[in-house]
Amino acid sequence: MDCEEIISRHETLCQDTDFNYVRQWKAKRQAKVVGFMPVYIPKELVVAAGMLPVGIMGAGDREIIRGDAYFQSYICRIPRSTLELGVKGKLDFLDVFLFPAICDVIRNLSGMWKILFPKVFVKYLDLPQNFGPVGRKFYIGELEGLAADFERLSGKKLTDQSLRSAIELYNENRRVLRDLYNLRAKFPHLVSTYDVYLLLRASNLLEVSEHTQCVSAYIRSAVKRQKPERDHVRVVISGAFCEQPPLALIKALEGSGCYIVDDDWVLGCRYLLSDISLTKQQNPMEALADAYLTDTVSNACRFETSRKGEFLIGQVKDRSAEGVIFAAPSFCDPALLERPMLQDALSAQGVAYTGFKYAENTGQIQVIKEETGTFADSIKLWGSR
Amino acid sequence: MKLENVQKEDSQLIQKKMIADHFNRLSHAKELGKKVVYTFVPGNLNELIWALDMLPVHPEINALQSGMRQLSGGYIIEAEKAGHSEDVCTYVKCDVGMLKQGNIGPTGEKLPAPDLLLLSYTGCFTFMKWFEILQKEYNCPVVMLQVPYQGDGEITAGMRQYVVDQLRDIVIPALEKVAGRKLDSERLHTFLTSSARSEEDLVAVWDSARHHPSPIDAYFGGVYYIGPIFTAFRGLAECEQYYRSLRKEVEYRIQNHQGPTTPEGLFNNQKFRLVVEGPPNWTSFRDLWKMFYGEGAVVVASTYTKVGGLYEYGFRHDPDRPFESMADYCLGCYTNRNIPTRIEMLEKYMSDFEADGFIINSIKSCNSFSAGQLLMLRELEKRTGKPGAFIESDLVDPRYFSAANIKNRLDSYFQMVEARRS
Ligand code: SF4
Ligand code: SF4
Repeated sequence: MDCEEIISRHETLCQDTDFNYVRQWKAKRQAKVVGFMPVYIPKELVVAAGMLPVGIMGAGDREIIRGDAYFQSYICRIPRSTLELGVKGKLDFLDVFLFPAICDVIRNLSGMWKILFPKVFVKYLDLPQNFGPVGRKFYIGELEGLAADFERLSGKKLTDQSLRSAIELYNENRRVLRDLYNLRAKFPHLVSTYDVYLLLRASNLLEVSEHTQCVSAYIRSAVKRQKPERDHVRVVISGAFCEQPPLALIKALEGSGCYIVDDDWVLGCRYLLSDISLTKQQNPMEALADAYLTDTVSNACRFETSRKGEFLIGQVKDRSAEGVIFAAPSFCDPALLERPMLQDALSAQGVAYTGFKYAENTGQIQVIKEETGTFADSIKLWGSR
Repeated sequence: MKLENVQKEDSQLIQKKMIADHFNRLSHAKELGKKVVYTFVPGNLNELIWALDMLPVHPEINALQSGMRQLSGGYIIEAEKAGHSEDVCTYVKCDVGMLKQGNIGPTGEKLPAPDLLLLSYTGCFTFMKWFEILQKEYNCPVVMLQVPYQGDGEITAGMRQYVVDQLRDIVIPALEKVAGRKLDSERLHTFLTSSARSEEDLVAVWDSARHHPSPIDAYFGGVYYIGPIFTAFRGLAECEQYYRSLRKEVEYRIQNHQGPTTPEGLFNNQKFRLVVEGPPNWTSFRDLWKMFYGEGAVVVASTYTKVGGLYEYGFRHDPDRPFESMADYCLGCYTNRNIPTRIEMLEKYMSDFEADGFIINSIKSCNSFSAGQLLMLRELEKRTGKPGAFIESDLVDPRYFSAANIKNRLDSYFQMVEARRS
């Protein structure tokens, strides 16, 4: 398959709010499906128990009718569109739904889900904010509890070996995603962000090995593409790790004269930075925990003080970016509380930035495009400072 | 009448003096050689802080005081000008704005900068970001106590152990380092013993609302009752004295079939008994209160008054299990409980206190409280068969308090309750 074919399939996948892929998988495998909200869950555990992890990221720009009745106007859109999917029966394939600790909205949504969908096994996944030995002990305990739940639900023993295999599958997946990001940073005219984004979204649905194959096939095809390089400004996107912008907005950003060379959307699949090391002596559960504690992206949902902004500045430098675009969902506490601190860090390094807010169904695409276009022009004219 | 006034003034005077003394101490902290710890209300570690002879400051309290003194609007605009989003919690922005304008506390004296930020991360995500922001402003050490959320509506052994481990291995060493002394477990024991006594009295006060007329207003009056125990004073002798006096005053009112005192005097003619969910608005606090008592509505139970600790199910600080009980205290705060538990609590309030209905004050700033409240409304109406009203405001942002809308909403609600009753 060439890039165009792959992307065309992924467009369908991404926009399919009936989740046909998952339904077919479930019918074929006769196995359970574990949904999860952003940002990160240890998908390795799900796969090791013979289940399919499915990332749920709202309903895009679909009209919402019933979900609005559950949330006030000043709460972001992803919980209401997710609930809309739920009450319309579009998520009825979920046997388990995990709500990782990311913010109070997703946290409270876990309890709402318990009430509204009593047949689903709902679990709030508390992730440690203390990253030393005390947090490690707690997190390993949480993972063991989750593994026991998964064994019970799937009726399948979660062995060291099955967990090792799952970790290896995800290591490989992370490797191809890193390759994809490196390739885009090197040849952004060959690998559009629109394509990258759709490939990431597919990681929410596809079996991990199938996803790895798709990304590899895309990379093989992309390097053969012949496309002109344009005089675009290289930027990093920051703040879009949970509720996702509409596809049209991603296209518009690229069309406004920006090459996006790094970003944080669909962050869960790239949350861990490198391979989880797995020597023979190592306990795979501990290895999984250690990776979360010590080797992840920096993110607004993690407690960080002294190194605030370092990761973002590292992205700017490593990707030779000329500026940062802060893109956060309206009413998103983590992203919006984080933003002034990151802006200060960028200012101190003389990195240019701009920012906007969006919603899944934002209608302001043209306005945003003009703003980011102006930002790109100003960098072209005056440089990053 | 005379006796009632004297007794009422007792607790109020004690509270007033406690606050004045504390802010006075704070303004002289550096001369007194006292270290200052900024920390949050829910799940606070007041006994530990005092046992190490340090002084606590609660930024939320400064924010709410700024709201009551009509200063918050300006502070919020100052923070927004400095780049803070209009969408985020106004407590944070009020605090940042106050800091940028000289950090003058509620008594008009300057607050000292923190020597340590003690991030008791209980029940609210924003706390974490708030102290990241302050850490950058003050460039001082910060230590976190992460309190796991009761996602399944219970405290597991692993959750408790995690909090205890953090206290022992991380939090206490960090406090000791800044304090320059070791924790005196005798002192801690004394403070925890005292805390439990105050807690006992406070529970009796909440429970008094079963009487008709209710001798307390468990929301508008309640926010004063929680002042000492949720902030800088739990564990101290004067705090105990406050709750003893308060309890006596309430008992006096019960014996004399009296209601609570409002800004306009005794409130005996109680037509509606209500339960309230959600924090109050501080910028128009008295106006909002009047919309209730003016129509004969008394609040017999509220959830906001449990945000800094929940005692009615039997929890008490326990000097013989100091760390475990501190852990349970933090884990048990209202917003650390999941939505099903919160609904059950409200449902129980409705029946225990024979309420006619309930009001949800949905606060724009506070996702921790607000996300899920519309479902709570439906579920409660369904389970209790009693009507609920949903009003929206903010804590300290005056731009989000629409007096006319809220009054209309409440008035028609009271009419509905009346009609349903007849
Ligand atoms: S968009 Fe932000 S506030 Fe909304 S659920 Fe996601 S992280 Fe939470
Ligand atoms: S979000 Fe709510 S609980 Fe958190 S700091 Fe703001 S007002 Fe307090």
